Amino acid sequence: MAAQTRPKKPIRWHIGVFLAPAVLVYTAVMILPLFGTLQLSLFRNINQAQVFVGFDNFHTLFGDPNWSVNFWNALRNNVWFFIIHMLVQNPIGILLAALLSSPRLRFAAFYRTAIFVPTILSFVIVGFAWKLILSPIWGVAPHLLDFVGLKSLFTPWLGKEQYALTALSLVSVWQFVGIPMMLIYAALLSIPDEVIEAAECDGVTGMAQFWKIKLPLILPSIGIISILTFVGNFNAFDLIYTAQGALAGPNYSTDILGTFLYRAFFGFQLQVGDPNMGAAIATIMFLIILAGVCVYLFLVQTRLRRYQF
Amino acid sequence: MTTKLLTALLIGTSILGSAGVAYAEDVTLNIESWRGDDLTIWKDKLIPAFEAKNPGIKVVFAPSAPTEYDAALGAKLSAGSAGDLITCRPFDKSLELFKKGNLADLSSLPGMDNFSPVAKAAWQTDDGKSSFCVPMASVIHGFIYNKDAFDKLGLKVPTTNEEFYAVLDKIKADGTYIPMAMGTKDLWEAATMGYQNIGPNYWKGEEGRQALIKGEQKLTDPQWVEPYKELAKWKPYLGDGFEAQTYPDSQNLFTLGRAAIYPAGSWEIGLFNTQAQFKMGAFPPPVQKAGDTCYISDHTDIGMGLNAASKHPEEAKKFLSWVASPDFANIYANALPGFFSLNNTPVKMEDPLAQEFVSWRGKCKSTIRSTYQILSRGTPNLENETWVESANVINGTDTPEAAAKKLQDGLDSWYKPAK
Repeated sequence: MAAQTRPKKPIRWHIGVFLAPAVLVYTAVMILPLFGTLQLSLFRNINQAQVFVGFDNFHTLFGDPNWSVNFWNALRNNVWFFIIHMLVQNPIGILLAALLSSPRLRFAAFYRTAIFVPTILSFVIVGFAWKLILSPIWGVAPHLLDFVGLKSLFTPWLGKEQYALTALSLVSVWQFVGIPMMLIYAALLSIPDEVIEAAECDGVTGMAQFWKIKLPLILPSIGIISILTFVGNFNAFDLIYTAQGALAGPNYSTDILGTFLYRAFFGFQLQVGDPNMGAAIATIMFLIILAGVCVYLFLVQTRLRRYQF
Repeated sequence: MTTKLLTALLIGTSILGSAGVAYAEDVTLNIESWRGDDLTIWKDKLIPAFEAKNPGIKVVFAPSAPTEYDAALGAKLSAGSAGDLITCRPFDKSLELFKKGNLADLSSLPGMDNFSPVAKAAWQTDDGKSSFCVPMASVIHGFIYNKDAFDKLGLKVPTTNEEFYAVLDKIKADGTYIPMAMGTKDLWEAATMGYQNIGPNYWKGEEGRQALIKGEQKLTDPQWVEPYKELAKWKPYLGDGFEAQTYPDSQNLFTLGRAAIYPAGSWEIGLFNTQAQFKMGAFPPPVQKAGDTCYISDHTDIGMGLNAASKHPEEAKKFLSWVASPDFANIYANALPGFFSLNNTPVKMEDPLAQEFVSWRGKCKSTIRSTYQILSRGTPNLENETWVESANVINGTDTPEAAAKKLQDGLDSWYKPAK
């Protein structure tokens, strides 16, 4: 009886209906493959049949020097790739955004577009263009250095073990510097004028204004950029593949997790692909990224909230 | 009026009639291939030649992109929609298809005895008992040189190692040309055009290759380290910045006439003929001492097999027998200079450079690339490691001994030779 007296809550179909397309598509293209990969990493192909082997693939990956040496090398390179992006790409992005948001700058729209354009270029174009620019035979880099009398500084960077990874990281920085620039630029524009005016009344102007007022206010955006950089870098693959090939030469010095995964999963030349080991590597990559994102969400972002209006 | 109608009727019935006959008798064979480049050759030359002799069999050449071929073929085979004839990659990829029962056994195919055991090795079971693809073509390694440059500098084609380095020294001293066009950026140039090119002279071709597979020789033995020592000596003769020089860079350096010697595979002939403006010649890898037997890498690259699920196996076998015949070899080798027929009957070729390459078969012993059969099945992959180490040796990152030791250690970790 009591149930009948209470006003009946209508079933809100529309929520499900409106969510369904996104949920279905996301599940089909992201969630299922993710679990498929996790599952695949627990199996092994023995005599043309998939056999459940528990964590044996991970054991091989970390215990067998034939795999672990390559894995740690790839991880080390990937960390270096990330460090360069954090130290070069993001500060430059912030600097460019600060310059662009200056009201006295002319042609700001032009600069903004010009700096952002490489981001929308295909990796293949970027990889080949830079390979040509840096080519010791036809490249413009040696000639340009020659003009300013610095020819002696030129080395075939992409072919030298000690420089190749750094050179490629900087190419990637060149390509993607537009993204932090745009995000920070938007954050800078969204700072209310009252805050700036109040600061000016208190005599905080110029550089001091940037460091004391604007930078703290854009810190959440910087946090977001850092995590985007982290995820992007640990998933990177295309630039290395187009510029150095799947073997990530010279002597595996540019091998990052993405290229290592590619070789394991799809094989290369005479190397037959091993989807199970590939899935194990993919799982580890997923865990690394998950750990990074968790650190950011639970340790960094909770502290950043304070600064938000 | 009536006569017109009658003629029309007569013509009509005759066409219909012949169409009916053709429909009943013609069998269409489809060829799966990754060689899209060869489409016109198949359509204009090879297939008409076959069809003229075998009325009632129609052949369609249906290539797919090289990078997609293996995956697409696998999917088609399991779906049962693959063509009757399958172009075979060498070694393990085709062997796997045979083991899965996708390729039919062709050991008893008429015409198979037109090929030497080395030629057939790429498409045989490990014990050599069953063959499953007809060998079509191979590529030969050697050095292509700029004849004009050699004439200008008064150089003779080197036959021994000593002469080889003397020639390189002279070109370097003159300074007009880069002595040798090769880079290490793409890695495989160093391994394929370097190590596998000069190596057979040291490990004595098949003898060494078989011994390696049987476990009687090791990559750390002197005959396997020696080629690396030679590669290490090449470094001063390569162009500026060779560490970042890619394979197309090397090709261009040579065809633009900026480099004098190009460590080559014969597949370059077609391209070089159209691009280079100077006369070219070729010489086989130089031997250690005058009078030594020479060995060349005559690598089996492409073959053709029969889909075990084909609906017309008899007709397909007829076609394969024709592929195994000197007739086919003649047309194919001339249409694609640089891809040499593996047929025992010598083919007369028009292209002088191709003739030069193939003439080495008469005086030298043939072998295939040492890493291709059996030895590249495990992890680490011997072929990939050979690429990396060959580049390392030339770059000076690793000594020849260290490189050989790494390769052998990697091989030992998974390969147990059958005792």
